[in-house]
Amino acid sequence: MARYQNIFTQVQLKAAPELGIPLPESDERRIHETGWNYWAGKIGQAQLGPIYLGWTGVIALIFGFFAIEIIGLNMLASVNWDPIQFVRQLPWLALEPPGPEYGFTPFVPLAEGGWWIMAGFFLTTSILLWWVRTYRRARALGMGTHVAWAFLAAIWLYLVLGFIRPFFMGSWAEAVPFGIFPHLDWTAAFSIRYGNLFYNPFHALSIAFLYGSTLLFAMHGATILAVGRYGGEREIEQITDRGTASERAALFWRWTMGFNATMESIHRWAWWFAVLTTLTGGIGILLTGTVVDNWYLWAQQHYYAPAYPDTGIVDPAGLGSVGE
Amino acid sequence: MKRILTVSLAASLPFVLAACELAPKESYQNGYRGTGMNTVMIKASAAAEDVPAPPYDPPGTDGRRAGEVYENLQVLGDVSEEQFNYTMAAITAWVAPAEGCNYCHNPANMASDEIYTKVVARRMIAMNRNLNQSWTDHVGQTGVTCWTCHRGEAVPSENWALPETGAKKTIVGNTHGQNDPVSNSAYSSLPNAAVARYLLGGMDAEAARVVSKGRFPSPENTTSTMEAEETYAMMMHISQALGVNCTYCHNANSFQSWSSSNPPRRTAWYGLDMVRSINFEYITPLAPVFPEHRKGPLGDPLKVNCTTCHRGQNKPLGGYPMAKDYPALWGMVAAPAVAEEPAEGEETTTTVAP
Repeated sequence: MARYQNIFTQVQLKAAPELGIPLPESDERRIHETGWNYWAGKIGQAQLGPIYLGWTGVIALIFGFFAIEIIGLNMLASVNWDPIQFVRQLPWLALEPPGPEYGFTPFVPLAEGGWWIMAGFFLTTSILLWWVRTYRRARALGMGTHVAWAFLAAIWLYLVLGFIRPFFMGSWAEAVPFGIFPHLDWTAAFSIRYGNLFYNPFHALSIAFLYGSTLLFAMHGATILAVGRYGGEREIEQITDRGTASERAALFWRWTMGFNATMESIHRWAWWFAVLTTLTGGIGILLTGTVVDNWYLWAQQHYYAPAYPDTGIVDPAGLGSVGE
Repeated sequence: MKRILTVSLAASLPFVLAACELAPKESYQNGYRGTGMNTVMIKASAAAEDVPAPPYDPPGTDGRRAGEVYENLQVLGDVSEEQFNYTMAAITAWVAPAEGCNYCHNPANMASDEIYTKVVARRMIAMNRNLNQSWTDHVGQTGVTCWTCHRGEAVPSENWALPETGAKKTIVGNTHGQNDPVSNSAYSSLPNAAVARYLLGGMDAEAARVVSKGRFPSPENTTSTMEAEETYAMMMHISQALGVNCTYCHNANSFQSWSSSNPPRRTAWYGLDMVRSINFEYITPLAPVFPEHRKGPLGDPLKVNCTTCHRGQNKPLGGYPMAKDYPALWGMVAAPAVAEEPAEGEETTTTVAP
């Protein structure tokens, strides 16, 4: 079995496909077609399939296709069905949510945001069904459901941005457009409208966890690759049957910073950092406009917005502006 | 093989950097340390552009008034005859250098208003005088001339008209007034109509202010994120027109707070008001005078925005005070001999210590 390989000693064996364990009676059938790809083997497993779609997977793919189709065709229509302009202007094109005049009603004319609601519905259904699938496949393999819960943390942020917060604000106009530059412009406009999102402590936490995730990922990935020559990529075995790879990796970090995560705990570190990124981010977005309307002033109240010397500039309009 | 590869890689390097600005930059601190308030500018952009010299040595302001000599002088009747002729010569060079006097005048009867361009020019001269007299909060003692906008063209090349989109009921060709890279929204996907909304005049100054004055949500400010994009678009327009970053005016910790902003923010505020006045009081009323080919798709005359004068410079023409040579464009008050100390509100560069 050429199973325990690392990138330096990769041997690809071409043999009868491995089909895995039999599924319970209640499950649907797997698609038994399998493939074999040399280049896939360079970055992962060379055997492709068998795939288990099930009804959740099938409907998720169909609904996801509908969502992408609605978004893409709306963008194509906005440039008068011109494929050249579609490609040229793609980063600028968008499917925009309904304007503030429609509030949170689901009944909006298609051309004025109805398509956005519909695309959002299909995309959300697709994502939630895909979530069910990740949960059920993990259970079918007798695994824990960590992947599903981590995925749900991301879905939480997605739903806060596109549905939960607009619901509490009573307006679809608070939601994010589908589109490359437009969703970035929304991000900046959101921060401007609510007095600088960087003063939102949950946004700050989210950034800390995001950057922490990349740091942990880099540290862990580097450590495992570095002890790959001693079989370090057999991480799970190393938890129970600690070999020299694990010992060396642990000693490296104790030498370097006095403390080491274990072969097991490093994955908890990484999982929590990744999950907390979107969890805290979603909380920060949800509080914005519903509980706090100006994060800069809020941060001043709580003594963590720095005070800079007064430049002596006053508002020419004399409208009682902040810092006048 | 290796050599070919090296050569072709080296040759493709300029393409990789095509989107980069390679010109030498200079940077200075324009706000409190640690706030990212640095202005980075291309060295050459600060220099005065080629400003046309006066048509001949500026004559005196004494002697007979032009209004006593010529007929039908409604605006420039109060200047001296010599000054009047001198100013006319300059305007011809600035606005219609190829067409000459006849672009506005009927050579058989110079006093006649039969050519529409003469009616427009008269209104524009009145506007120019008003800008130099009443808008020193924006133009300072530098002032403006016809050249500041026209630059040798009858129609200033940087102009805008109301966008055609708006009332479409279908998705075909409908970008909802945004997601269309044009200069008015700084080639972003932000709303294009924002410039129209802010620069058309006849609106209150509060409308652009989307940030709440209090910490918590209240009925006083129900601006949606979508609506906030319009202010963002307007700010990007200013940024691009002036070739400056947000931090030229604002301390980014609070775009809203005036007491942490730089002096140019005040100048820009008057600038927006000035552009509104130009469009609302001077250009829009000329709509019946302009022929169709001088109007936008919705039949409104071509209007000005920040780019019309600034053209990528924080001070138009690099701040060169060309208006000093043309007392007729200052109205009843005499032009200052040179651009003196910046008046209050004039753009000043403050380097804040430490």
